[in-house]
Amino acid sequence: MEGHVADLTTLPRLLQRNARDLGDRPAIREKDRGIWQSWTWREYEEQARDFALGLAALGFARGDRLSVIGDNRPRLYWAQVAAQCLGGVPVPVYQDSIAKELAYVWNHAEVSVIVAEDQEQVDKIVALKAELPALRLVIYDDPRGLSGSKQEWLKSYQDVQELGRKFGAEHLGYFETEIGKGKPEDVAIISYTSGTTGNPKGAMLTHANAIGVAEIFCREARVVPDDTSLAYLPMAWAGDSVYTLFASLMVGFCANCPESPETVQRDLRELGPSTILAPPRIWENMLTGLQVRAADATPLKRRTFEYFRSAAERAEILRSEGKAVPAGLRLATALGEFFVYGPVRDQLGLRQAKWALTGGAPLGPDTFRFFRSIGVNLKQVYGSTETSGLVSLQPDAEANPTSAGRPVPGVEIKIAERGEVLVRGRAIFKGYLKNEEATREVIDPDGWFHTGDAGFIDPRGHLVIIDRAKDVGALADGTPFAPQFIENKLKYSPFIREAVAFGHERHFVAAMIAIDLNTVGNWAERQGLTYTSYMDLSQKTEVRELIAEEIRKGNQTLPDSTKIRRFLLLTKDLEADDAEMTRTRKVRRRYVAEKYAPVIDAFYSGLSEVDLTTAITYEDGRQATIQSKVRIEDVEGAPAHV
Amino acid sequence: MSDQLSIAEVSKSFGGVQAVTRVSLDVRQGEIMSVIGPNGAGKTTLLNMVSGFYHPDTGRILLEGADITHDKPSHVAELGVARTFQNIALFRGMTVLDNLMLGRHVRMKSGVIASFIYWGMAQREEVAHRRRVEDIIDFLKIQDLRRRPCGSLAYGLQKRVELGRALALDPKVLLLDEPMGGCNHEEKEDMARFVLDVNQEWGTTIILIEHDMGVVMDISDRVAVLDMGQKIAEGTPDNVRSNPQVIKAYLGDTKGVTNGGTRG
Repeated sequence: MEGHVADLTTLPRLLQRNARDLGDRPAIREKDRGIWQSWTWREYEEQARDFALGLAALGFARGDRLSVIGDNRPRLYWAQVAAQCLGGVPVPVYQDSIAKELAYVWNHAEVSVIVAEDQEQVDKIVALKAELPALRLVIYDDPRGLSGSKQEWLKSYQDVQELGRKFGAEHLGYFETEIGKGKPEDVAIISYTSGTTGNPKGAMLTHANAIGVAEIFCREARVVPDDTSLAYLPMAWAGDSVYTLFASLMVGFCANCPESPETVQRDLRELGPSTILAPPRIWENMLTGLQVRAADATPLKRRTFEYFRSAAERAEILRSEGKAVPAGLRLATALGEFFVYGPVRDQLGLRQAKWALTGGAPLGPDTFRFFRSIGVNLKQVYGSTETSGLVSLQPDAEANPTSAGRPVPGVEIKIAERGEVLVRGRAIFKGYLKNEEATREVIDPDGWFHTGDAGFIDPRGHLVIIDRAKDVGALADGTPFAPQFIENKLKYSPFIREAVAFGHERHFVAAMIAIDLNTVGNWAERQGLTYTSYMDLSQKTEVRELIAEEIRKGNQTLPDSTKIRRFLLLTKDLEADDAEMTRTRKVRRRYVAEKYAPVIDAFYSGLSEVDLTTAITYEDGRQATIQSKVRIEDVEGAPAHV
Repeated sequence: MSDQLSIAEVSKSFGGVQAVTRVSLDVRQGEIMSVIGPNGAGKTTLLNMVSGFYHPDTGRILLEGADITHDKPSHVAELGVARTFQNIALFRGMTVLDNLMLGRHVRMKSGVIASFIYWGMAQREEVAHRRRVEDIIDFLKIQDLRRRPCGSLAYGLQKRVELGRALALDPKVLLLDEPMGGCNHEEKEDMARFVLDVNQEWGTTIILIEHDMGVVMDISDRVAVLDMGQKIAEGTPDNVRSNPQVIKAYLGDTKGVTNGGTRG
């Protein structure tokens, strides 16, 4: 596979190489009808070719844009590669986006073809059809409930491939010629970043970006053709494109699509992939799930788990500080490996993982340490859509909860004034689609990309990210205040799903907290508390006390000045549909601060109750409001009011 | 479209109570026929007679021309009539998969001895049936529930599994007794979608008893109205909605029955 690296300048050429050199090896699998169905690289190419030729027969041309919407499905990946083969550009979108966001992206990118997973997605498109002048063709994967439709612009995946086979027979060599026309500077994918402010922006990544990042990633993370991965992250997230499309095409490893979003945990366990990439949310959920199950277990099992968990944590802390682990502790962890850690990893589907990566947002140190301590080789990776997803990565021996890892080869890092991290290299994107101004704001004339993250390079040469540059502030007494750090402390508690901390230019830190309905609900049931809804549960005195106790625990590891003094339990979870979070579940801090201004005022004016009006947006865009009086609680004694 | 199921002048009484009186109903192949009416109108009794649980005192029931008036429920099922129940009748301790496989039981041919030996015919048969059951699991989007005991599922999901078990019979005619009863709004929407999809994808004839008028008027090809054991109207949803007798049966006066109104 070495000889012709120079020709491998676009993703479709990688596909051709894989079909030739790795033809009989599995390329992608999908669990369907309860069985893992697989396609080899030769079949992958055939599928993509037939679809591409079908698109060509229907008038799809160089530069046209094709969107995919749905769960991770081989056909949706093939559709993206097929578009690239013709010189077109895939634009994956988040299927849980509300109608307004979808319409914005499809119009902004002037998408002419949408490949939808099923009827549910087609229904959304039909509802928006009148607002999408550029849209000419909608193709569906799962025909259920759609076979009766006779619209000219609606076709099944099979029909398009059938057209493609006919077109191919009449135009011999068309597919290969089109691939031959592709250039490395062509745009390979447009990845919309939900951004924490304003409308989403379409980041254009070129084939050179894609291949550059795939090459570096696969070398640094030692990815080989025998590796396996679970393709379960939203296809619209750049991380999934890099991993499931770019890296898989580069190395030829096999990506596996779960049966449905609800079966991911079981499919993960069944598959036991050798590599796994997950954002912090997934790690937090896994840990919460474990904690709940431990709490429900018999006292003996619970105590065993607790004993070995704490032993592992102590050993892990010693190891990460470079200190020797005493013999007794070594024995305990060796026993623990047999009785607890191995079985737990097995239950989570992480037993065969040679590494696990967390990226997209910072992961709380306690959660990070937990997974390391039970023997998961969890490492942090740092990157953003605009940097093709990869800036720095932790080497195996240097994994730790605080740094974002070493800058990867081919990437230059510079710390600008005010601590902002600047990045340069072949992975930096081409720019935002139709938004010169925004592009100029982030890429300076010397080619440095401004990440918007504040950070520094530590003595080992690791990049450390503190927070979003614009979020880092200071308390009124000058103590630096990084909200995310505090929020991650809180989110370690299984009962807390989301937290937003305030404190910039204030005398103390206060937090709004969204409880985790499952774990708190479970806890309430065991306490014999009855509740009707999220809102009802969140306002129970007992629940407030429970959370206050969790906050006290979190406070123990915080310096006095940044301890959380007051908190309030939100009557609903923070939601992307309400624009409070991005689709990748990052808090849109400014928006939240605006929306909850009365709460913040109440925090700092010493009120013990506040009128909370929350707007809820349904998936179809309808809005409703809930009004309620919500109590504000003090922890750690009364704060010094201003 | 020909009449697939023909109910002719059937009557049924229980002791002194006349539950169904001389009701006739012709159901065409591939249609969704809803039977509505106030509580105690005789809807479920009618379904029970079709599926062989009760036998009519007078009248005849023909399935594709064959007389099934006095057939046993098991035989009616074999002929291709499946049903779901108003009160869920699943095996609560068994998994979803086992409940669905059980639905295929009437389609299994291996005898006791062949099944005991298992390898060979019984195994091949089991694989073929499992394939069909997996199609249904995929169709109803319950992949995550395969191994869950039915008793542990939420009510709306149990209703879905029950529909699945009826589908496992590969029915020509599907009798649904209040498939949306007790479901929340979202579950109702899902169920209505599934009923429509079953009808469209597999061409299954459906007889539906349902109280939610919005759903009935939306998805039915034709509607029959029973009141006090008698059929008082039959026709398209629009026809039935404006029929004065129907309005009277429901409301006791002459105000219109509006689309979306619910009667429980």
